[in-house]
Amino acid sequence: MSQNRAAWIFAWALLAPAIIYVLVIVAWPLVETLRLSFTNASLRRTYDYVGWRNYEKIFDKDFLEIIIRTFTWTSFSVLLKMIIGTFGAVLLNCAVPGRHLFRLLTMPPWIVPMAIGIFMWGWMYNGQFGMISGLLQRFGLVDGPVAFLAYGNTAYWATIVTDVWIGVPMVTIYFLAAIQSIPRDLYEAAWTDGANRWMRFRRITLPLMAPAIITMSVLSLISTFNSFDIIWILTQGGPSGSTTTMIIDTYQTAIGSKKYGEGAARAVVICIFLSLFCVAYFRMTRKLAAAAKA
Amino acid sequence: MAKLFRFEKTSTMIDRYKWWEVIGIYAGIAVFLFFMLAPFIEGFLVSLKPLSQLFSTPYSFWPENGSFTAYRTMWESVPKFGWYIFNSLLISSVATMIVLVLVVPAAYAFARFKFKGMALVLGAFLAVSMFSGAVLLIPLFRLLRTLGLLNTYFAMIVPGAAFLIPSAIWLLRTYMMRIPAELNEAAYMDGASQFYTFRRVILPIARPGIIVVAIMTFIGAYAQQFIFALTFNSKTEYMPLPVGLYAYFGKQEVIWNELMAASFVGIAPALVIIFFLQRYLVGGLTAGAIKQ
Repeated sequence: MSQNRAAWIFAWALLAPAIIYVLVIVAWPLVETLRLSFTNASLRRTYDYVGWRNYEKIFDKDFLEIIIRTFTWTSFSVLLKMIIGTFGAVLLNCAVPGRHLFRLLTMPPWIVPMAIGIFMWGWMYNGQFGMISGLLQRFGLVDGPVAFLAYGNTAYWATIVTDVWIGVPMVTIYFLAAIQSIPRDLYEAAWTDGANRWMRFRRITLPLMAPAIITMSVLSLISTFNSFDIIWILTQGGPSGSTTTMIIDTYQTAIGSKKYGEGAARAVVICIFLSLFCVAYFRMTRKLAAAAKA
Repeated sequence: MAKLFRFEKTSTMIDRYKWWEVIGIYAGIAVFLFFMLAPFIEGFLVSLKPLSQLFSTPYSFWPENGSFTAYRTMWESVPKFGWYIFNSLLISSVATMIVLVLVVPAAYAFARFKFKGMALVLGAFLAVSMFSGAVLLIPLFRLLRTLGLLNTYFAMIVPGAAFLIPSAIWLLRTYMMRIPAELNEAAYMDGASQFYTFRRVILPIARPGIIVVAIMTFIGAYAQQFIFALTFNSKTEYMPLPVGLYAYFGKQEVIWNELMAASFVGIAPALVIIFFLQRYLVGGLTAGAIKQ
């Protein structure tokens, strides 16, 4: 009994520093964001509680558009990450010489400082002198220079492509690990039965990868939803708001225009969405774990 | 690096490819890697090109009269460049130390003890990683301003470290769960206290895992220093590399070859880490995520 009690105290003592740190730096600010969302806080020293006014103010047509844009932007990005990640993982799993080097070479976009990778994309998207526009012109696919970041439509896709580029390495390596944990006997049995490579992929690899794909989709959804650096560096939400996602919008309101109260209300809406994803994720991992046991 | 080119003997027939399959695989890998590496290739070539070639049409891929001049001149155009690198390394190192001090005991607690409420706490820790710093900027900004900590290293290190904690806990907990519980029992039989066991038995065994977590945390801290540094610090002398270069990136006349040269020098530490620690990396990156 006393040993148990000592262990209890010891365990919580080990946890205490980390818990306190996260409470102060993450949990308290979250609560504070909620509180500020009901005030008209700004750079001024004093502020008043204004009830639901901030929420009434933000729920207009523009904000609805931003929410929809955030979801389409995020969905396209996640979808592309999953497709390219699966493609990459399957290829890198092939038993060909050099595969260890190839696996290593997928990692740079993930490991190097994000902002620096984004600078390089900024140059590639340059209309007059950039590589993409230059190559497209050379191959005669477009008539004149295309300044990707200058038009709403192209800027929207350009930021997605960069986001995909940063996200793919992690997805690929994760999927590769998932593929490698599939028992080899399955493939050998299928091979003996005359199943060709495509059949083996379709009937063995893909179904057994499914839990990894589902898990990664949700994780990727959360991180993409939170994506800030890419859009901020490439377009700052422009041109004329065509790449303004909820995070960018919150940043512009709160830090750009110093409307803390209104910014907080926007942040609260983001948190609500994130909490929903979070619940979905925990539910799903529990279900997957139960399915794995059964 | 013989490791990179390990030719494994594939004895099973299943891994034997027809010649056109091999071509297909290599072509696919080439396309995939081109997407992953194109910005780096282009960035490197740009850093070698003289400005006159850079700003000329039509576009030419290969540098003519390529030289490393930009790598020399950038030190004048970006006068604080050395400081930016130093700041980046300092911020990442201190953040990594804070994370380790907090996470090593916590991960051990999660791995070894099963008391009521701990699962909930673990879930809460993991949930932290789902919220980006962006939604917390307002209260953090006000807090730092009240404490007079805006425009200090502290303003970038402390919030950054909080978001590195979840994945570090998860990774290290996974590692520590593999340490047999019999060790604890044996130590207890010998009369060792809980703390003594942790300090003298568990920590030495867990060292390889702790090293992996330290590397991963450092890379994460080095790669992700943007939003807090952008918002909480406006002093040039404290800026980490990404924000320091961003100031030049945003200018009207970007001297691209120098920006790219500076970028390459800036990512060199990360590339060196990848090259020498690849063995730990792949395991470290995936171990935490794959299995409980």
